[in-house]
Amino acid sequence: MLCGLPVILVLTWQGLFLYAGEEALRSPAETVLAAISLVRTELFWNHLAETAHAFALALSMAVITGVALGIWLGYHRLSGEIFIPMLVGFASIPKVVLYPLVLLAFGLGLPAKVAFGTMFGVPPIALSTISAVNNIRPVLLKVGRVLGLGPADMVRIVLVPAVMPEIMTGLRLGFSLCLIGTILGEMFAARRGLGYLLMTAIGLHDVDLIMALTLLLTLFAVCASAVLLTIDRRLRRRL
Amino acid sequence: MDLGRLKNKQQKETFLAPLVSLRQVKKVFPPVRGGNPVHALGPIDLDLRAGEFFAVVGPSGCGKSTLFELIAGLAPATEGTIAFEGKPIAGNVPDGIGVVFQEDSCLPWRTVRANIELGLRKSRLPAAERDAKVGKVLELMNLTEFASHYPAQLSGGMRQRVCIARTLVMEPRLILLDEPFAALDQQTRLLMGEEVLRLWRAIGATVFLITHALDEAAMLSDRIAVMSARPGHILEIVETGWPRERDSRILEDDRFGPTAAHLWRLLRNETLRAADAR
Repeated sequence: MLCGLPVILVLTWQGLFLYAGEEALRSPAETVLAAISLVRTELFWNHLAETAHAFALALSMAVITGVALGIWLGYHRLSGEIFIPMLVGFASIPKVVLYPLVLLAFGLGLPAKVAFGTMFGVPPIALSTISAVNNIRPVLLKVGRVLGLGPADMVRIVLVPAVMPEIMTGLRLGFSLCLIGTILGEMFAARRGLGYLLMTAIGLHDVDLIMALTLLLTLFAVCASAVLLTIDRRLRRRL
Repeated sequence: MDLGRLKNKQQKETFLAPLVSLRQVKKVFPPVRGGNPVHALGPIDLDLRAGEFFAVVGPSGCGKSTLFELIAGLAPATEGTIAFEGKPIAGNVPDGIGVVFQEDSCLPWRTVRANIELGLRKSRLPAAERDAKVGKVLELMNLTEFASHYPAQLSGGMRQRVCIARTLVMEPRLILLDEPFAALDQQTRLLMGEEVLRLWRAIGATVFLITHALDEAAMLSDRIAVMSARPGHILEIVETGWPRERDSRILEDDRFGPTAAHLWRLLRNETLRAADAR
């Protein structure tokens, strides 16, 4: 099944190509060739470096903010009652409508992209951390108390390891949303990055480039997702 | 009065101030969503003598676990005072009290050794001294060869031993056990009971055991408090009079049957009442 899925996807793609024709999209084989020639250009690597930079910053900020926020709101009941509804509200806003505000606040360039990517990544990570903290077996928290652990030890020794497997699920979601946010942030009001490159290709109707970029981004997302899934499984095995 | 003139250690300890004393302790839980407040426990007056093995039995829902949490300092009493070594317990776990819970409470992401080391976390010992103490407890509990296992690789009884070891390494003067063997099969229970007796003699701590198993209470304890149905108060404190050197073979003793029967007589009515109330 797991091996069959890519085959089905490629076959569907080929079928769509035969149906829609040259103007709309390229065949899988042509796309792979276009992608290979694309990764040979220096232009691509410059844009990729820009995107990778922005994405790495956005993801690390989303993880740190999300996990810290989640632990705080999950553990401190009053704060949770006040802020969790706000967080859920924020999670349901289509972030794109906030894009103009982000541009006003951060200006054009890297900070805006990072901020936008972070906004996408924080809610799923924070919400899954909150549920992870709520699901900790109460006896483990009592153990922390009878062992006389201070607040810092409580977080480091009991809370973080206990919530790690469930947080990983949120991280996988946060990872993909963060990538969407970063690429989206590059599509408008940016001069560099893969998102910008993609928008330019759309503007020029360069179907080769559009298809090649889409393929590369998909491959990256799938591979990263697989790595995170493996870590996730490994963390759960011990419980 | 000259303490030296008292005949034996037991008497001396009885004369000395109690290790734990409860005075008019009550616990009332606040109402949940328009219901009535729940009077769970008390009023209770109780003194634990230093060095004794004390058990509490009672029908389920009688507030045994609440009593346990109060003495452990995990929850505050609604009324009354609880003192450990003369100092009041005010919603904080006092130094010198070790706690073993009913549920498996090993941290699953830490090895046996790392779990036990946590018991010494607060005391901030140098690494060498800490390792020596952990090694000694591992040996005492026959866990040495499992030191680098994870809890998931051990049986339920072994995991409970890890939890006991984590408590012992703190060198507590009072050990609180909340139905620590409830999840184990009967044979393992009896053997774990023997082991607890052995440890109790070896380290000279006071043990406070909550249990619903009458035979367990009758076999292990010097004194047994029988609790009433909710709101739990103490119906009677039964002295077993067992010698300090004892093990599960006390079951064969002529006085074991009458002791267990007496406990059951006290408890039967209460259990029936508790069932009716529900």
